Amino acid sequence: MTAVLSTHGLIARYGDFQALYGVDTELHPGEAVALIGANGAGKSTFLRSIMGLLPVAKEMVRLDGEPVGGTATDRMVQKGIAIVPEGRRLFTGMSVEDNLRVAIDQAARIGAKGGWTLSRLHKLFPILAEKARSQVQSLSGGQQQMVAIGRALLCQPRVLLCDEISLGLAPKVIREIYAALPEIRAAGTAMIVVEQDVGLAQSASDRLYCMLEGRVTLTGKSGDVTREQIGKAYFGASHGVV
Amino acid sequence: MEWFDALVQGILLGGMYAQYALGMALMFGVMRIVNISHGDLVILLSLIGISMATAWGLAPVSVLIILVPLAVLMGWVLQKAVLNRVVGSDPLPSLIATFGLSIALQNLMLQIWSANSRSLPGHGIESQSIEIAGVYVGVLPLIVLAVATALTWGLDIVLKHTRFGRALRAASADVEAASMTGINPRAVYALATAVAVGILGFAAVFQSLRSTVAPADGPAQLIYAFEAVIIGGMGAVWGAFLGSMVLGIAQAIGFRIDPGFGVLAGHLVFLFVLATRPQGLFGKATT
Repeated sequence: MTAVLSTHGLIARYGDFQALYGVDTELHPGEAVALIGANGAGKSTFLRSIMGLLPVAKEMVRLDGEPVGGTATDRMVQKGIAIVPEGRRLFTGMSVEDNLRVAIDQAARIGAKGGWTLSRLHKLFPILAEKARSQVQSLSGGQQQMVAIGRALLCQPRVLLCDEISLGLAPKVIREIYAALPEIRAAGTAMIVVEQDVGLAQSASDRLYCMLEGRVTLTGKSGDVTREQIGKAYFGASHGVV
Repeated sequence: MEWFDALVQGILLGGMYAQYALGMALMFGVMRIVNISHGDLVILLSLIGISMATAWGLAPVSVLIILVPLAVLMGWVLQKAVLNRVVGSDPLPSLIATFGLSIALQNLMLQIWSANSRSLPGHGIESQSIEIAGVYVGVLPLIVLAVATALTWGLDIVLKHTRFGRALRAASADVEAASMTGINPRAVYALATAVAVGILGFAAVFQSLRSTVAPADGPAQLIYAFEAVIIGGMGAVWGAFLGSMVLGIAQAIGFRIDPGFGVLAGHLVFLFVLATRPQGLFGKATT
C-alpha cells in the first residue's frame, strides 16, 4: 500500500539553527500515527515543514507519491492536509461559527469533498452548537481546542495533523477530546498526532515515531514498543530508563 | 445657532473624510500597511476623472461609474505588483515602498497635468443648498455624507456576512492560521486593496466636485484620513467613520473660532486622542 503522506530525509532549519536532521516517516490511508518526543525534539517543526510553513526541498515531502515539499500552506490545505496548530490559533474577535465558516467557505471555494458538515461536527462536539454565537476567546481551553479541531476537519482533509491537542487541558477534557479521534478516523482520515503524554499517544495510534534532537530514534507498532524502548528513544541512550 | 451650524457643517465635512478613511482603515486593519500614497491615489483618480469629464463632456455620475471600477483595478494591481512584495510583520518595508510611490505619483501627475488646480464641473450641484431648521445645508455635502454612510454600512455588511469578509477578518486576526484553513493571504490582500482604492474612486469624484485638486494635494488628504482612523480606532470600519465625524466637527468649530485655526484644531484633537487614548475613541485596547 502506498503512503498517503511520507517524508524523505526531511531537513528543516530556522536560520542557522538546524531543527530536523533527515526525518523519514510514512503515513498510510486511514492510519493514526503518534509522534512523541521531549520539548524541542522537532515535533512541531516536523508538522510545520509538512504544511509549507517552513522552507523545505520539494522531494522531502510526498503526498500520494507526488513531491509537494515547500508548497504554500493554502495549497497544501487544498491538496487535503489540515492542521490543528499548536496553541490552537483561533481567529480572535470572531464567533465560534464564523471561525468554522472560514474553513467551510474555503472548502466550498475549491470544491473540496468530504463528509464533514457543521451538523456532523455539532454531533461530535455538542458544545460548539451551544456556543456558536460566542466569541472564541470567551471559551474555555477545551472548547477552544474543539473549535480548532472542527475548523481543521471542515477543511475536509485526507490527512489531519494534530499538534499537542492535550496541552494545558484538564484530564477530563483531554479524554473527551481524544474520544472524538476514533470517529474522525472512521471517516477515513489519516492522522499524525503529536503528543507529549506517551500513554495517551500509544492508545490513540496504530504506530508511533519517537523523535530526539531532530531525528527519529524509534518507530514501531504502538502496542508493541516497550516503556524501556521509549525511555531510551525519548531521552537518549545516556539517560537511564524511566 | 452659530455653533449648531458649525456642528452640522462639521458632520458634513466628516462625510468627506470618512470616504478617505474607510480604505485606510481597511488596509491597516487587514495588512498593517499604512499606505502613504493614499492621498496621492485620491488626487490621481480625481485628475483622471476631470480629464475624462472635459474630454468627453461627462456628467459627474458618469465619471463616478467609470472611475470606481478603474480604481478597483488600480488597487488590485497596486497590491499584486508592489504591496504583496513588502507586506509582512515588519511595517517598515511597506512604509518605504508607499512613500516612494507617493513621490513618484506626485511627479508623474505634475508631468501630465502640470501644477494647476482643477475641479470637476458639477453643473451647479456644488452650489445648491437647502434650508433645514434655520441652517443652510449644501446639497453636495449631504450627498457626500449619504454616500459615506452607505459605503461604511456596506463595507461593514461585507466584512460580517460574506465569504470574502470572513476570510479578510481571519487573515487580519492571524494570517498564518488563515492560510492553514486554505486562505491564500495574497489573494485576500489584493481584494482588500482593490476595495480600499475603489472607495477612493468615490472620494476622488466628490473631492474634485467640492473643491479644486492639484498634483501636490495628496499628502494633506493622507493626513486627514490618517487622523480620522487614529481618532476612531485602527482597523474598525465604524470607528473610522466616527473618527471622521470627530475630525470634521473639530475643524468646523475651529474655523468658526478663527478661520486660520480650523485645520490646526483638527490636528490638536488628533494629538489629544493619541496622547490620552492611543487605541482610538472607539477602538478596543490591544493586548
